Amino acid sequence: MGDADLLFKALADPGRRKLMDRLHAHDGQALSELCRHLDMTRQGVTQHLAVLEAANLVAVQWRGREKLHFLNPVPLQEIYDRWIRKFERPRLKALRDLKRRLEEHGEATPTAPARRTP
Amino acid sequence: MKAAHRSHFVYVTFIRTTPAKLWEALTEPQFIRQYWFNTTVECGWKKGSPWKMNRPDGSPTDTGEILEIDPPRRMVIRWQNEWKPELKAEGPSRCTIELEPVDSAVKLTITHEIDRPVSEFIKAVSGGWPRILSNLKSLLETGEVAITSHPGH
Repeated sequence: MGDADLLFKALADPGRRKLMDRLHAHDGQALSELCRHLDMTRQGVTQHLAVLEAANLVAVQWRGREKLHFLNPVPLQEIYDRWIRKFERPRLKALRDLKRRLEEHGEATPTAPARRTP
Repeated sequence: MKAAHRSHFVYVTFIRTTPAKLWEALTEPQFIRQYWFNTTVECGWKKGSPWKMNRPDGSPTDTGEILEIDPPRRMVIRWQNEWKPELKAEGPSRCTIELEPVDSAVKLTITHEIDRPVSEFIKAVSGGWPRILSNLKSLLETGEVAITSHPGH
């Protein structure tokens, strides 16, 4: 499976997205800490974390005997660059062009064309 | 210091390149400015070397010192913000850069930390690092950057 497939598969589960939200709220948590605030079994959380780690959405660091989980936003930035930025740019340009056109015409015609004296 | 008394972020990206090329990309000023929104870096890249990041006009954004360096595996920079008084007031942070070959790629891990429970500086860099790393990956793998301007500057 390619990097992007792993990433989108990891994001496709509501439980995993919730885990990401938990880490976003408080980064660098151990498994026991994460389990405390989630309505999931310890085993379920462990499995979800493994999928997130494989997709590089979670980075782990050992502090002594404690394994801490960090939300890694870099793949999300890559999704943004690859899948969102390029699609929003033409739309923003279209809106800007529309605004410019409307404003140019608006200034030139304070009254409706039909009522204008020839 | 316990993790709870410290603010820190960890960023990881896998780049299809070699540790030598990635190390060059992290230390070569002409390379850095391509993915770091025209920021330039002055540093001798030895333990104890002063380290300085400048805007294109030469004004410094951050200063510090190389605390540890082990090419092409690891370096630790003492990192002090210079351009925003409220961030500068938080004092120095520590940025650890680690490279580890994994299959045909290199795992690049950036850990940025400061000895304060809440840090505006760490919040500020947390917006920048993902963009910089995404740009660096794109530049090394495709020869082009994805983002050319820094929204915060």
